[in-house]
Amino acid sequence: MIDVAMAIMDPDNLFLRYAFIMGGLAAISFGIIGTFVTIKRIGYLAGAISHSVFGGIGLALFLQVNAGLTWFDPILGAVLAAITAAVIVGLVSLHAKEREDTIIGTLWAVGMASGILLIDMTPGYFNLSSYLFGDILLISGKDLLFVGCLDAIVLGLSILFFNQFFSVCFDNEFTALRGINTTFFYLLLLILTALTVVLLVRVVGIVLVIALLTIPPAIASFYAKRLWQMMLFSILLCAAFTWAGLGISYAFSLSSGPAIIVLSGAVYLVLIVIHKVLKS
Amino acid sequence: MKAHDDPEILIDNVSFAYKQRKILDDVNLRIRKKEFASIVGPNGGGKTTLLKLILGLIKPDKGQIRIFGKAPDQARHRMGYMPQYAHLDMDFPATVMDVVLMGRLSKTTLWFSKKDRKEALTAIDEVGMTAYIKTEFNELSGGQKQRILIARALCSYPDILLLDEPTANVDQQTEENLFSILQKLNSKMIILLVSHDLGFVSKYVKNVICVNRRVVIHPTTLINGSLIKDIYNGDQKMVRHDQLCNERGHIYD
Repeated sequence: MIDVAMAIMDPDNLFLRYAFIMGGLAAISFGIIGTFVTIKRIGYLAGAISHSVFGGIGLALFLQVNAGLTWFDPILGAVLAAITAAVIVGLVSLHAKEREDTIIGTLWAVGMASGILLIDMTPGYFNLSSYLFGDILLISGKDLLFVGCLDAIVLGLSILFFNQFFSVCFDNEFTALRGINTTFFYLLLLILTALTVVLLVRVVGIVLVIALLTIPPAIASFYAKRLWQMMLFSILLCAAFTWAGLGISYAFSLSSGPAIIVLSGAVYLVLIVIHKVLKS
Repeated sequence: MKAHDDPEILIDNVSFAYKQRKILDDVNLRIRKKEFASIVGPNGGGKTTLLKLILGLIKPDKGQIRIFGKAPDQARHRMGYMPQYAHLDMDFPATVMDVVLMGRLSKTTLWFSKKDRKEALTAIDEVGMTAYIKTEFNELSGGQKQRILIARALCSYPDILLLDEPTANVDQQTEENLFSILQKLNSKMIILLVSHDLGFVSKYVKNVICVNRRVVIHPTTLINGSLIKDIYNGDQKMVRHDQLCNERGHIYD
């Protein structure tokens, strides 16, 4: 661990310092949105959104190379795809009661597949695994600014509408009876989830998103009595997992995303066992 | 607008179908001030549908519903609603106070004010749960959860209180406590509660609304039979379905 600390201080290792800052900034959104996703039990929807992001990245790369739209950054494609998917997934889950899981599963797979087809049709080599499994070590200063902005949006709206989100998650029907536009807040929550997923793609990649979004809140729920406590604890856990995972990946030359996920998954499993033993 | 002697709840020739299956057929119902009625009937007979129509959560296919002379969704702020607690997530991190404060939400609420907290405390006191303000909602027993959900419905000062199965999964002592709370509240508001248990129409209820595709309302009358007395261990009122419901095609088991 001292080696890692030394490496962060080394001015030649700017990328590592960026990675650690990124981990801390991203943890804010992950902790808050992950808590909402966990208590509202929409991890499956978050999964569909995250996989559709790949379609957006593919479309952006395709347009950049084939149509000469150089301003169409993959991250822009990711944001657009994530928001579109969030709205579709949200409306489907509200209105298509019986076929909900089929439709969402289809969106999940088609989003991902269309991304790969678009990349197939784009000349050049693209490192797909950095999108799939994340590569926090490739973060630039611009990315940090971008994440900071998204953080501000997620944090600001979550604080402003905390009570609305709380109520929509706890008892949607009662909330509607109080005159609150529950569809609006549900879709807003899904859009914030989508933005957070885009952040996560840079850190742990599309495939591993759901784990980092739901494991810290799942652990936090063992100890939290109130929603805001669960969020705060999730943020701290998420930052701790990201930093520790980064340290491990740097020290042993492993992929950063999987290192973060395996570490948090292991901690979660151990805690589940401890809690089972304590209860019995 | 509502004329002087119009009923507070007016249901006129209302029909509602779900996937071609008629749940409610040509329902007429008038509920006036100070009503305290139990909505009973078999499962799938349309009790919850009737409640949701009154709340404006669903719209009738035919006929009209007026609450205080307005469309149900326009009168929602005057109605308090207690759902079945079994529908709520048992892992949700929230204290009793957090849950009751939901009843203070309105279109313009962002953060709860001191006044909101005061009203929530008053409502919690009204159901006798002041000692549990900081307790986690999910640690409460079934009967305590019902009382907290009643407090949540109360803290917006409703003129109509609608309860969905308030006595499901609670023991008889808890049920009696709940009913004495409701009886006290009845001086200030109309109370309608859904119950799937016809036999236990409590001595507090003034009328019984039988729902089985069609809707019939009867006053409760004393029954002298010793059987009911033995089962429930106290004076009970029983609706005389043997006479009233069979004539109209109601069959209960």
